[in-house]
Amino acid sequence: MTTKPRSARTTLVLDLINHGALALVALLFLFPFFWMVSNAIRSNAEVLAIPVRILPNVFQWGNFIEAWTQLPFGRFFLNSAIVAVSVTIITVIVSCLSGYAFARLKFPGRDTLLMAYLGTLMVPAIMLIIPLFLIVNNLGMVNTFQGVILPVAFGTFGSFLLRQFFLSIPMELEEAARIDGASRLRILVSIIVPLSMPAIGLLSLFTFIAQWNNFLWPLIVMTGADNATLPVGLTLFKTQQGTAWNYIMAGAALSMLPGIILAVLLQKLIYGSIALNSGMGGR
Amino acid sequence: MAALHETTATATVPRQRSAGGFHAAEGRTAFFFLLPSLLGVTLFLVLPIIASLVLSFTNWKLLGAPAFVGIANYVRLFTADPQFWPVLRNTLFFTAEYLVLNIVISLGLAVWISSLKMGQRWFRVIFFLPTFTPTIAVAIVWMLIFAPDGLFDSVMSALSIHMPSMLTDQKLAMQAVVIVSLWANVGYNTVLFNAALDMVPVNYLEAARIDGAGAWARFWKIRLPLISPTLFFGTVMTAITSLQVFDQIYVMTRGGPGNATATLGFAIYQRGFENFQMGYASTIAWVMFAMIMALTALQFWLQRKWVHYDN
Repeated sequence: MTTKPRSARTTLVLDLINHGALALVALLFLFPFFWMVSNAIRSNAEVLAIPVRILPNVFQWGNFIEAWTQLPFGRFFLNSAIVAVSVTIITVIVSCLSGYAFARLKFPGRDTLLMAYLGTLMVPAIMLIIPLFLIVNNLGMVNTFQGVILPVAFGTFGSFLLRQFFLSIPMELEEAARIDGASRLRILVSIIVPLSMPAIGLLSLFTFIAQWNNFLWPLIVMTGADNATLPVGLTLFKTQQGTAWNYIMAGAALSMLPGIILAVLLQKLIYGSIALNSGMGGR
Repeated sequence: MAALHETTATATVPRQRSAGGFHAAEGRTAFFFLLPSLLGVTLFLVLPIIASLVLSFTNWKLLGAPAFVGIANYVRLFTADPQFWPVLRNTLFFTAEYLVLNIVISLGLAVWISSLKMGQRWFRVIFFLPTFTPTIAVAIVWMLIFAPDGLFDSVMSALSIHMPSMLTDQKLAMQAVVIVSLWANVGYNTVLFNAALDMVPVNYLEAARIDGAGAWARFWKIRLPLISPTLFFGTVMTAITSLQVFDQIYVMTRGGPGNATATLGFAIYQRGFENFQMGYASTIAWVMFAMIMALTALQFWLQRKWVHYDN
């Protein structure tokens, strides 16, 4: 069964239909985002009104500002930023140091330790929630930022990721510096790190997003409403004031904004890293 | 090999006289470089793993002293707890349905996107967007969509499909959780599989086309086998995360109605942080860990039958 050669015009029409159909699917897929914004900018009575209206009667764009001032979304936003940024900074520094040791320094038991690090990646996060809470409780860090930040800032993935990248940097680049008497720390900071910005950027991006979106851990550690991160804060209003759906939708939109912006701006970096994953899936 | 490395190292760094001293200094440097990571990993990863196992053999309730109860928790879980089997069933049901749908939909989207001549990256970004947003926010938006007499119910009645409201129905609530989870996460595998499809050499497909293979045959005989290692990777990772499902359920149903959507993840939270049964919750956590290991092992065993590695 051979395919008949198609005329150029038929191919063009089929192509158009193919693109158009997927565009339709994509639009449908984006609908929940639209629904969120559409409900954020109407009165609460109209959110709950029957029959459901696709667009608000009156566009209340001011709701975004109202939500920010009436409910402590500003505070939640700040809390989320503090947690996500701190975890990212600690993770990058700790992973650079350990990744360098794994990639470039010889010490007894190095390969065993690296395998142990890889092994910990299989442990599900939810399994550690209970003992981690008990440790944080014993350290007197419940309802503190240290309590939320420290236990999630020492993941082993970063060490492994940066080790892999450091290995790809030619040895000669640092040998000259070593002959000149530069310390290992100096070499790491002034030679290796600047050359590893793609990998460090990737680690920062995925760490930041994971923490920005994290829910269960801050839910457990941050017992006071003042210290809640955005995802936790969103659920508080569901129960306390129950019905301020328009403000909750505005808050949800706000919480999605950094991820959406980063996903669009850094699409090449993200695609590249996932493509790398898909290549490694075969090994 | 090690000897070879030593000689080249001493050769290229002539100032180091004795190989032994060189190693001791390097070992010291390595120790200080690894110290922050080792401290963190020991305190927040190794210690919790051990503590969790020990706790699962105690009856600790946060207040008061823990007592060692042997395997009593495990026995109670499998024989006496009326909630455990429904929770286990819900978790397996969710994982099975979600896993299959996730892989089928993301593979479908990936193939569709790769067939486009223009705008591939924009379609990838669109389907990827929800994976970068908080699951809690996603779940809240969908909760409004599924609310009684909300958008979903209106659309259904406009189409003359008579069905109960999703979130309050024993049978349908889990379907709502599956839909939300798919919307939230299908983008990652879509991009993953799309990237793999992009790496299939064009000349393979051209050769097959010249030999008369249609689009369908080219997909099943060439593209699918070639991306099967990536497909396997995506399936394993998705299975691991779906067994832990929690956020969507916490927001949308709280395990209800009844315990129709209570999963292992939700049960650990409920036992641990609502009833403060730290010991018993740890037991459930270890059952979950065992299931993750078993499912992963099963998938590795099955891969021999369908995953093709080119050597």
